[in-house]
Amino acid sequence: MELEYQYWAFFVRWLHVISGVMWIGLLWYLNFVQVPTMAKIPDELKPAISKHIAPEVLFWFRWSAMATVVTGLVLAAINGYLMEALGLGLTDGVIKHTAIGFGMWMGLIMAFNVWVIIWPNQQIVLGLVEAEADAKPPAARKALLASRTNTMLSIPMLYAMVSAQNLY
Amino acid sequence: MKNPLESLPMTVIMGLAVTVVMVLLVSAIGG
Repeated sequence: MELEYQYWAFFVRWLHVISGVMWIGLLWYLNFVQVPTMAKIPDELKPAISKHIAPEVLFWFRWSAMATVVTGLVLAAINGYLMEALGLGLTDGVIKHTAIGFGMWMGLIMAFNVWVIIWPNQQIVLGLVEAEADAKPPAARKALLASRTNTMLSIPMLYAMVSAQNLY
Repeated sequence: MKNPLESLPMTVIMGLAVTVVMVLLVSAIGG
């Protein structure tokens, strides 16, 4: 029974890590590779990115974000520290819960940004939804700033996750 | 004034700064 619990906790953690690697990997691809390179790509080649690569990236990006959050919350629940971590360890004074709690909240904010700011605005930018031409520049700026916010938060978020597992 | 998040290096530097602040907060709350 103990082994069974340990195995399923490990299995969900494995799914959480796989989803998270895909999410943050694509986030970093967008911010470190695609966005800085777009200005250097000849105009006639740009549709390859905007019509083919970016929509595919955004599909895996938003659903891996969802999978990371769901598996993370399930993992915290089956390990018995979901509420304590969401309370940043203030209710039980356990530093591991404080650390993982900071990571969880940053992950939740990042997932919110993906689904509520980045994806709707990228649909406008990429022409996946009907929009006026002059709606594109402000949508692109909103999506960029939300994506950069997530890139910034990914650094402490990963520190919190890894330190909770290895330092505390 | 330009938003610092428009610069990728500034984004990374801010991420590292937030990490330091967070580590201090974790120690203060949980330590």
